[in-house]
Amino acid sequence: MSTRRFFTVAVLVSLLVAGVASYYASTHPDGLEYVATQTGFLDSAEESATADSPLADYQTSGVDDARLSGGIAGVVGVLVMLALSTGLFWALRRRGSPADTRD
Amino acid sequence: MHVPDGFLDAPTSLATAGVAAAGVAVALRGARRELDDRTAPMAGLVATFVFAAQMITFPIGAGTSGHLLGGALAAVLVGPWSAVLCLSVVLGVQALLMADGGITALGTNITLLGLVTVVVGWGVFVALRRVLPKRTALVAPAAAVGAFASVPVAALVFTGLFAVGGNAPVDLSAVVVAMLAWHTAIGLGEAAITGLVVASIVAVRPDLVHGARPLLAHRELEVREVATS
Repeated sequence: MSTRRFFTVAVLVSLLVAGVASYYASTHPDGLEYVATQTGFLDSAEESATADSPLADYQTSGVDDARLSGGIAGVVGVLVMLALSTGLFWALRRRGSPADTRD
Repeated sequence: MHVPDGFLDAPTSLATAGVAAAGVAVALRGARRELDDRTAPMAGLVATFVFAAQMITFPIGAGTSGHLLGGALAAVLVGPWSAVLCLSVVLGVQALLMADGGITALGTNITLLGLVTVVVGWGVFVALRRVLPKRTALVAPAAAVGAFASVPVAALVFTGLFAVGGNAPVDLSAVVVAMLAWHTAIGLGEAAITGLVVASIVAVRPDLVHGARPLLAHRELEVREVATS
């Protein structure tokens, strides 16, 4: 598989996972939240300072359709991640010589 | 396992922020050795995939769910230093953009999900790679075992932090038992996803898998020996 094809497939998979498949994810509390409820420390949680963000809780504010709201948040998140992380790693890379593969 | 604001008191959050900052600083230096023109885009891709995969919460019974943490996966795919940076970017974007995980808890989350899972996942993987036969087919199973171990260890470290700086006076033994039990179950999901993803990439492009590269070099050496004899 060519590198270009590999990267195209991987980006498409990420977009589909975040934009489409995420709608079908479990809505149950995660392990930590569940334990916090069970043992009685959930109430000590405070609302995040970014709770009013337009994409808070992976939902797009102002979009009523749940599938679309979550889908937009997922796709925007993936695009932001791709830009930020690729930019960071591209800036950090060693130029010219191949990377050291020792551990 | 994203920790919200408020679970841990200010001194503990400040301490974990210091640990996280030191870890990221060391990783920024270490990652230069892992990143070149070919592996830098791969690292960006892995961070993006971990972000997407974390949106898939899977049910683990009794009204609880879990999701991939991704530290072991990222470490095997792009190397441990880059993996710390991958998870840090994921957690930063989640906290700032998605309000997933607290802002004052960001240091705690980077420590637990960015440092502990990578250290445990990569450590177990490298130990297994050392003792297992030198075959690329064993990279994915070794990654899966590392991934499995990383989740309950991160849960234990959280419980330790909670014992030191928890804001609610609750029975710690109940917390430790419940955290371990649920996160051992979540670890099975972590192992399954990590094993599947690593196996898929090893099948098509083993050269893009950081943890498989020493085995590829080994394989090439064997071929040359046969060719010259």
